[in-house]
Amino acid sequence: MPRLSAEGRHAVAFTLNGRAVDGVAEPRMLLSDFLRHVIGATGTHVGCEHGVCGACTVEVDGMLTRACLTLAVQVEGSAIRTVEGLAPAPDRLSVLQAAFRRHHALQCGFCTAGILMSLDAFLKATPRPDEAAVRDLLSGHLCRCTGYTPIVRAALEAAAELSATQEETAHA
Amino acid sequence: MKPAPFDFVRAASLDEALGVLKAEGSDARVIAGGQSFMAMLNMRLARPKVLVDIMRLPELATLAQARDEVVVGAGVRQAQLLAWPDLPRALPLIAKALPYTGHVQTRSRGTVCGSIAHADPSAELPLCLVALNGHVHLATAKARRKVAAADFFTGMMATAKADDEMIEAVSFPVAGGAGTAFREIARRHGDFAIVACGALVSGTAIRLAIGGVADMPAARDFPLLEGSALDDALNAFAYELDARDDVHASARYRRELVRRIGRATIEEALKCRA
Amino acid sequence: MLDVPQQDGWIGRAVERVEDAALLTGRGRFMDDLGTRPGTLHMAILRSPHAHADILGVDCATAGALPGVEAVLTGADIARLTTSLVVGVKAPVSCWPMAVERVRYVGEPVALVVARDRYVAEDALDLIEVRYATRAAVVDPLAAMDDGAPLLHDGFPRNTASDRSFRYGDPEGAFAAAARRVSIAVHYPRNSCTPIETYGLVAEYDPGEDAYDVLANFQGPFSIHAVISRALKVPGNRLRLRTPPDSGGSFGVKQGIFPYIVLAAVAARVAGRPVKWIEDRLEHLMASVSATNRATTLTAAVSADGRVSALDWDQVEDCGAHLRAPEPATLYRMHGNLTGAYDIAHVSVRNRVVVTNKCPTGLNRGFGGPQVYFALERLMQRIAVELGLDPLEVIRRNLVPAASFPYRTAPGALLDSGDYAGTLEAGIAEGGLAALLARRDAARAEGRLYGIGYAAAVEPSVSNMGYIATVLTPAERRKAGPKNGAQATATVSIDPVGSVSVHVASVPQGQGHRTVLSQVVADAFGLTPGEIRVNTEMDTAKDAWSIASGNYSSRFAAAVAGAAQIAAGRLAGRLARIAASQLNVPPDEVVFAGGKLSARSNPANALAFSRVAALSHWSPAQLPDGLAPTIRETAFWTPPELTAADEEDHINSSLCHGFIFDYCGIEVDRDTGEIRIDRYVTAHDCGTILHPGMVDGQIRGGFAHALGAALLEEYAYGPDGSFLTGTFADYLLPTATEVPDPVIIHTQTPSPFTPLGAKGVGEGNCMSTPACLANAVADALGVADIRLPLVPSGVAALIQGEERAAPPDAKPRGGAPKAAGAKGEKLMRGEGAAQVRAAPEAIWAMLLDPKTLEAIIPGAHGVEKISDTHFRADVTLGIGPVKGRYRAEVTLSDLDPPRAVTLGGKVEGNLGFGGGQGRITLTPDGRGGTEVAYVYEAFVGGKVASIGGRLLDGAAKVIIGQFFAALARRAGGAAGTTPRPGLLARLLSLFSRTPKEGGR
Repeated sequence: MPRLSAEGRHAVAFTLNGRAVDGVAEPRMLLSDFLRHVIGATGTHVGCEHGVCGACTVEVDGMLTRACLTLAVQVEGSAIRTVEGLAPAPDRLSVLQAAFRRHHALQCGFCTAGILMSLDAFLKATPRPDEAAVRDLLSGHLCRCTGYTPIVRAALEAAAELSATQEETAHA
Repeated sequence: MKPAPFDFVRAASLDEALGVLKAEGSDARVIAGGQSFMAMLNMRLARPKVLVDIMRLPELATLAQARDEVVVGAGVRQAQLLAWPDLPRALPLIAKALPYTGHVQTRSRGTVCGSIAHADPSAELPLCLVALNGHVHLATAKARRKVAAADFFTGMMATAKADDEMIEAVSFPVAGGAGTAFREIARRHGDFAIVACGALVSGTAIRLAIGGVADMPAARDFPLLEGSALDDALNAFAYELDARDDVHASARYRRELVRRIGRATIEEALKCRA
Repeated sequence: MLDVPQQDGWIGRAVERVEDAALLTGRGRFMDDLGTRPGTLHMAILRSPHAHADILGVDCATAGALPGVEAVLTGADIARLTTSLVVGVKAPVSCWPMAVERVRYVGEPVALVVARDRYVAEDALDLIEVRYATRAAVVDPLAAMDDGAPLLHDGFPRNTASDRSFRYGDPEGAFAAAARRVSIAVHYPRNSCTPIETYGLVAEYDPGEDAYDVLANFQGPFSIHAVISRALKVPGNRLRLRTPPDSGGSFGVKQGIFPYIVLAAVAARVAGRPVKWIEDRLEHLMASVSATNRATTLTAAVSADGRVSALDWDQVEDCGAHLRAPEPATLYRMHGNLTGAYDIAHVSVRNRVVVTNKCPTGLNRGFGGPQVYFALERLMQRIAVELGLDPLEVIRRNLVPAASFPYRTAPGALLDSGDYAGTLEAGIAEGGLAALLARRDAARAEGRLYGIGYAAAVEPSVSNMGYIATVLTPAERRKAGPKNGAQATATVSIDPVGSVSVHVASVPQGQGHRTVLSQVVADAFGLTPGEIRVNTEMDTAKDAWSIASGNYSSRFAAAVAGAAQIAAGRLAGRLARIAASQLNVPPDEVVFAGGKLSARSNPANALAFSRVAALSHWSPAQLPDGLAPTIRETAFWTPPELTAADEEDHINSSLCHGFIFDYCGIEVDRDTGEIRIDRYVTAHDCGTILHPGMVDGQIRGGFAHALGAALLEEYAYGPDGSFLTGTFADYLLPTATEVPDPVIIHTQTPSPFTPLGAKGVGEGNCMSTPACLANAVADALGVADIRLPLVPSGVAALIQGEERAAPPDAKPRGGAPKAAGAKGEKLMRGEGAAQVRAAPEAIWAMLLDPKTLEAIIPGAHGVEKISDTHFRADVTLGIGPVKGRYRAEVTLSDLDPPRAVTLGGKVEGNLGFGGGQGRITLTPDGRGGTEVAYVYEAFVGGKVASIGGRLLDGAAKVIIGQFFAALARRAGGAAGTTPRPGLLARLLSLFSRTPKEGGR
């Protein structure tokens, strides 16, 4: 491919939650900044910009990804999912989101988007996790408000609900 | 906390990537999963003139067992290796060590070869490469060479790789029936190891590799010692590693862990073999 | 929302939060989610790499010329356009938001850039050249008071900003009469609650009106508004301070944004455009705000059965480099509560406030409580050990008796309510203490290291604005004028269709205030919470507020929710009168329920709430005679109990006092020193519980913070003031795998002093838990001196005795083992040797030749010879991918040709600074070559030290190795094997192949 010059702004296009989006970015622009300030998808938050806190976690081509450790130009043509794509409708919550609300699994809500993305991917791959597996997954996120227990409970309850729904679907 | 400017090349072929390295030398840098390197870019600790993204090269995304070794291409993510069904049989040490590498969210992006290239003295994959006597496959635009793990790591985040070289793959010898065990002490789950121990115990010998203590992972072969003889050997090994104090642990603590956790790891490997 | 009308009302139910739907779907409106006006510029800040240095010059010309840069400001510019920030004590000391002439901590702002985006602004920071002359630094608060310690401010002799002594009751008499004295000396470390959202703001300036408009995720207290407007030299009505709808956590910390509000406001004024700044994480860890570290000596007068009659406190509070308002509030917040949960009549106190070369301190969850209770509850444990008593018995015997509330403590706090013994016994019974004791016995029988710790604490909330004045003498207070109270503000409005809105000057930081307020106001009007809309944004230009407004001192449930109830109650009273006239019943017969106002005796006789509520809009003439409209009601509430400090320095420092009793069982791993929490029980009495889910959320969140403080977190500084924990990989927050689920037990003793009977609950575990865990470790290990954080390395040192010696033939690779336990020591030492195929004389000549130096100093360009023994160069140094450009000075000294020379160097650049000295000895090897041996000491500071500490030592080895490898190569190459195989051989192989690799 042609070399993208440092000073230039280059077209970047991908799908965000199933819809095509595009914008221009210098090669150095972080995906977190591109999503938030170019595309306007501010649901993904930035907490540390060195890959530790997990607030900016999104899904890129099915892989959990720290948006702060990714360049916008790297995701050209990719399929990206963010917290804005989790709810089935604007006025409804997903099973996982609803469990979070029931269990007070968030307070300030700043780290929540990243945690939801991790759990959403995890519960698809691991429909019946035990608490240790959930905590292992969550160890890639920092939350300063909840002490984590309500998040663990919400995740386990959502897992149970989701797998029950899947079984029903399977039996139907 | 934003990167300094750089050009960007999404390599469409290996030749293109190697060509950039040849032309730019130390001003170019390969980016794969980026899980360590991007943080350094954001902090402006690293200021390459050009970044070469190799993650869209299908020829690097290969993970295969060829005769008696497993070859992991530079495009293989840590999560892919961990999910490889043959891993526990072919590379049991890595199957045990890899869950300690970062978190689910970083293993999903980070590559095996990237971790080797980064050469962090506390990282698990370099330790495994040394423990298993693996090899690093280096390529330039003109030539290829294979470097043994013991010769590859040369110091703190320093390797034998030249500026115009990139890691094409790493290879690990397939397990030969030795008992294996891996233990790690870190401040928190997923943190860089204060001390990491990988042990391989065969019918005739013990091989113990230690990460987090010296400037690079270090392995030592012992005969099948036990009791105080093993303690003596581990004590000597502990001191030879020249442990350091840092904000997370004292040098003495690191030596203590080499003696205690090193021994526990060996004993676990022994049991695993039996 | 559970829209089921409840007979007992909505208060006290764990309803789902109104905040959550937006937060869970990415529709939150946090500071950086809000758009900016076109033309808004972005600010970045250059920060000091030095803990203490004079600024000799700042050259901004190149930075200012960078395309996209609109302004570059230095401390002198800021000082010209502002006045100093308020300093917390009366002293001839100024406090600027950007360093003027001198830097006093790593991370102190030195210059700022505003540019078209943050990326360019940071590019410009790289181009600013600052020349420093370093000074000696002091980081230990006790050492700071020594004769000859480096002085931070001339106006603070011995670095002491305040030294006050207090005496309550007859402490001397009590100590003289006591059977025993038990004493403890403790150090509480530095830490911070580090919200996941950092500081952020947008500032604008209107030159026509000389007025500033600032949107910032500031949390209050709004007493700081006066501090900011004073600094900006405008009256309060020309500083409009607003807050965004959502905040990503604060825990007190976002009080500390205020110096940046001043900086950005000035930058906006100079640039003539709005200026936005989002703090990054490195800035936050290094320089936002920290809790205080404190050195305390605490002594108790004790009877033989463990009854404490007197306490003697000696507290030395470390507020960092500047005493920024509201400090030294951390030290005085607990002043009335220095007796904790205990009935102790006699107290003496000496409080000293010192400054050191560390980040200035400010609000942080617990605010003074962790520091006090770590000393007090460790002391109670020591009393039990020294007297051979059960620590639980010692606590029991000293608790304030249930019958004595309200109870006045010796220093003046009025403990509002409680049944401390009752809560303690409930905790013991429901938490399963008996089983835990049995587990300890069983574990110990197996030789395991198991311990149980206890802690009792009174959790103050709703602080008295006047407590901080206790730092002043009574005479100074008389001069300063009265200061007391805790004004809470709430406004309830009814619109023309009768729907109800609430506004409070509370600035929630994620706790769910909007939900609780909707519950409180729904109950007042017989509506559902879903029908109430609550707005908690603040706008000082439009909203009702007072200096006590804001989110701090756990004041929401006790004060703010109560004020909302009062405002709603007043409107409800008037609505009842309107309804009464139409229902033909007396006003006190009107019942609010189910969206209707009805007659108590005849529920069918009813009016729709909305109809009654809207009357003031549609037909004010129909209001009963003399009745004020029901359109809007603002309640200001302050409790009369919060009086100013009296002439004897008695101070009721807070209105409410919850009670906590914690205990836990922990096990220490003999091999690793790791601490496993087996069970943690926390029993609380926080008065009336308004929302059980949120109360438990506060307890769990506070517990997690406390666990971090006890086991993981410390803002660590090197002895020279280098900051060593500058990333989230070094400053370690607990994650889901470290935080167990505490067992929570509640009792409820309503506060008689608050409208709803509620007390604060958010900070208590930050006070009790570190002490409780420390007591458990002390119990497990049988040691007296427990230091936080309890890192495995330190715990192991307590149990593992003397280290096994090195075998006599051990050959450490590259250096002798260094002393253990030096925390944050960043001085690096090492040694090595190389065999070189050249005679000593030839090597000697090379060491003195600039051309050779240029070739062998790693990455040197253009060595300039200043004298025969002094060289200057630009060097590029790098380890792995880390590469920085530095200015270097190299000197040669102690020349002993051709046998030995000392090579000294200093480098300074964007990534920090470093330097060192190496003694090089040249010994003929008898084969025509030379053994070049070296020993070195090196230091590194600034950015690399704070974000790369784990790797520094090895990195120094690599760079120093590069030098000698180059020397060897230059002199004809390495010859044969080296006496110390390993490191050097590898280092030699490094040369000509600068290490490079791709990211992983």
